[in-house]
Amino acid sequence: MGFLSYLISGISLGSVYAIIALGYTMVYGIAKMLNFAHGDVIMIGGYAVFTAVSVAGMPPGIGILVAVVVCTALGVVIEKIAYKPLRGTSPLAVLITAIGVSYFLQNAALLIFGSGAKSFTSVVNVPPLKLAGGALTISGETMVTIAACIVIVIGLSCFVKFTKSGKAMLAVSEDRQAAQLMGINVNGTIALTFAIGSALAAIAGVLLCSAYPNLTPYTGSMPGIKAFTAAVFGGIGSIPGAMIGGILLGVIENLSKAYISSQLSDAIVFAVLIVVLLVKPTGILGKKVSEKV
Amino acid sequence: MKKAVSMFLALALMAASLTACGSADGGAGDSSSEGVAGETFFIGGIGPETGNNSQYGLAVRNGAQIAVDEINEAGGINGYKIAYDFQDDEGTAEKAVNAYNALKDWGMQILMGAVTTEPTVAVAAETVEDGMLQITPSGSSLDCVQYDNAFQVCFTDPNQGIESAKYIGDAGLAQKVAVIYNSSDSYSSGIAEAFIAEAENQPFEIVSSEAFTNDTSTDFTVQLQKSREAGADMVFLPIYYQEASLILQQADDMGYDPLFCGGDGMDGILGVDNFDTSLAEGLILLTPFIADAEDELTQNFVSEYQERFDEIPNQFAADAYDAIYIIKAAIEQADVTPDMSTEEIGTALIAAMTEITVDGLTGEGMTWEAGGTVNKTPRAVKIVDGAYQAM
Repeated sequence: MGFLSYLISGISLGSVYAIIALGYTMVYGIAKMLNFAHGDVIMIGGYAVFTAVSVAGMPPGIGILVAVVVCTALGVVIEKIAYKPLRGTSPLAVLITAIGVSYFLQNAALLIFGSGAKSFTSVVNVPPLKLAGGALTISGETMVTIAACIVIVIGLSCFVKFTKSGKAMLAVSEDRQAAQLMGINVNGTIALTFAIGSALAAIAGVLLCSAYPNLTPYTGSMPGIKAFTAAVFGGIGSIPGAMIGGILLGVIENLSKAYISSQLSDAIVFAVLIVVLLVKPTGILGKKVSEKV
Repeated sequence: MKKAVSMFLALALMAASLTACGSADGGAGDSSSEGVAGETFFIGGIGPETGNNSQYGLAVRNGAQIAVDEINEAGGINGYKIAYDFQDDEGTAEKAVNAYNALKDWGMQILMGAVTTEPTVAVAAETVEDGMLQITPSGSSLDCVQYDNAFQVCFTDPNQGIESAKYIGDAGLAQKVAVIYNSSDSYSSGIAEAFIAEAENQPFEIVSSEAFTNDTSTDFTVQLQKSREAGADMVFLPIYYQEASLILQQADDMGYDPLFCGGDGMDGILGVDNFDTSLAEGLILLTPFIADAEDELTQNFVSEYQERFDEIPNQFAADAYDAIYIIKAAIEQADVTPDMSTEEIGTALIAAMTEITVDGLTGEGMTWEAGGTVNKTPRAVKIVDGAYQAM
């Protein structure tokens, strides 16, 4: 019974990582950049829902909508102001800019909301599932998180495969110059990618804060780093890979906490990552990229 | 043009630094009360009034000021009034030594300070040379009392763990105790280690001890599940209230309802924005000082502090208030007079420190070891209907 409950809480944690990892993986796959501010967009999403629901008293559904709109707008604005002018320069410049944006968002939140922790009221209204006479309880947040993760992965995969904008994204990720020559609006496609990635961040923020209801300006940074790890683990650029990587990471983290050492769980997670990357350098589902000479 | 600008900036900088010096000098006499050498006890205080830890330093300055004014109004110590001056150390060791020298020039005979660990250790090296009694309200490291002339008002971290274990054992609060602590924080792990070691001598058993780190401080379901499987009827949480609020929430989600118990870092949990305080119902806090406590001493202090400084006093203010009364008790015990030399006063007071017993805001029946650490029992309060209630 203990094992089962560790496994389930691991899958729940992993699903949150997976949703965040999807944002990293999409942006990396298409714009070929690591958006390190992604974790902080999640935090802004959390504050948006908190403000809408707990402060302004809106119903949870509207609150989530507000967060999605705020984050989408934020993602597009960040892309336009901070990343677009640097397109075509060295990838390092963009990376440093992303770290700068991350600090900017954290400090802005610190200024607006203060450093004190806010307790987040869960917006998930699903009753917990009690099995085996209450010895195994699966919270509503866990079930909703896992379900949301599956729906998002399927939805995104279909979007990329079957819609025109999705195909444009694939084309841009394949070869940006060629796509532009074929008449694809590269800037528009990248902006759309950021919009989708940030909307996912809003949903991840809602689920993260519902499951772990403590909201501070630094809430997003550690899950952001873990999710980035998950994206690399699963093969960065691959949508199902992000989900597999996220869930595996969550499960490994929780099981090593339970059976090996609660202090060393992070060390074990990263050790596993190193082993996987040694065996398969592109990650579990990563494509082998042959460099053109 | 550029040259002119840089010249102007350099001048402005120079002017600013000169003004800063000037105001520091001017500020020295501000908080000191009038005193006559030989007829008044000169008590000095050192702590950060500016900089990162200023909230602690200001609380200490203000808390001690209240005690000094009360004593002077009531006729002083054995008929001698107290003169009190407080100097800023900005939380740094060098500034603390400067502040100490400035206070010595002013005539200080007894030192109440410093507030943070490093300045306290630095000043202790000076006071031991001068044979002066030094009482730190809040320096919790053992290094603060490495010399015989230095004493603490607050618990050392290990002592808090030991006293908490004793309290739980004596009150028979639990049989099987689980501990969840932050291994990346010296405060938390210091308490946890001493608590677990002391539990051997107590009628309860430690059934699980689980750690987390600053990087894994959101998901506690595994630690809670292990506590539950080990059959713990109490979970001891020597951690700060932010993480504790998450633990309470997650335990509730799991349907796990043991007795939760925390140390002084737990004070503040009811103030977490939007926190569902019903989750904290029944939570026990073992802490030296709680502003909501209902005893007369605490209530008078809190209302006086609020009236004069417009905020709720924290533990630091209470520690400083007690420090002044401890000095008073030691002076009465040793029967020293202000006309004696600093060294004579110091020697007599240091001997008296191990003989006195003081009832204060931060503990009843406080006594001191010759090593400088305090013996006191933490107060226990329980959260009932979203408010602290004495147990």
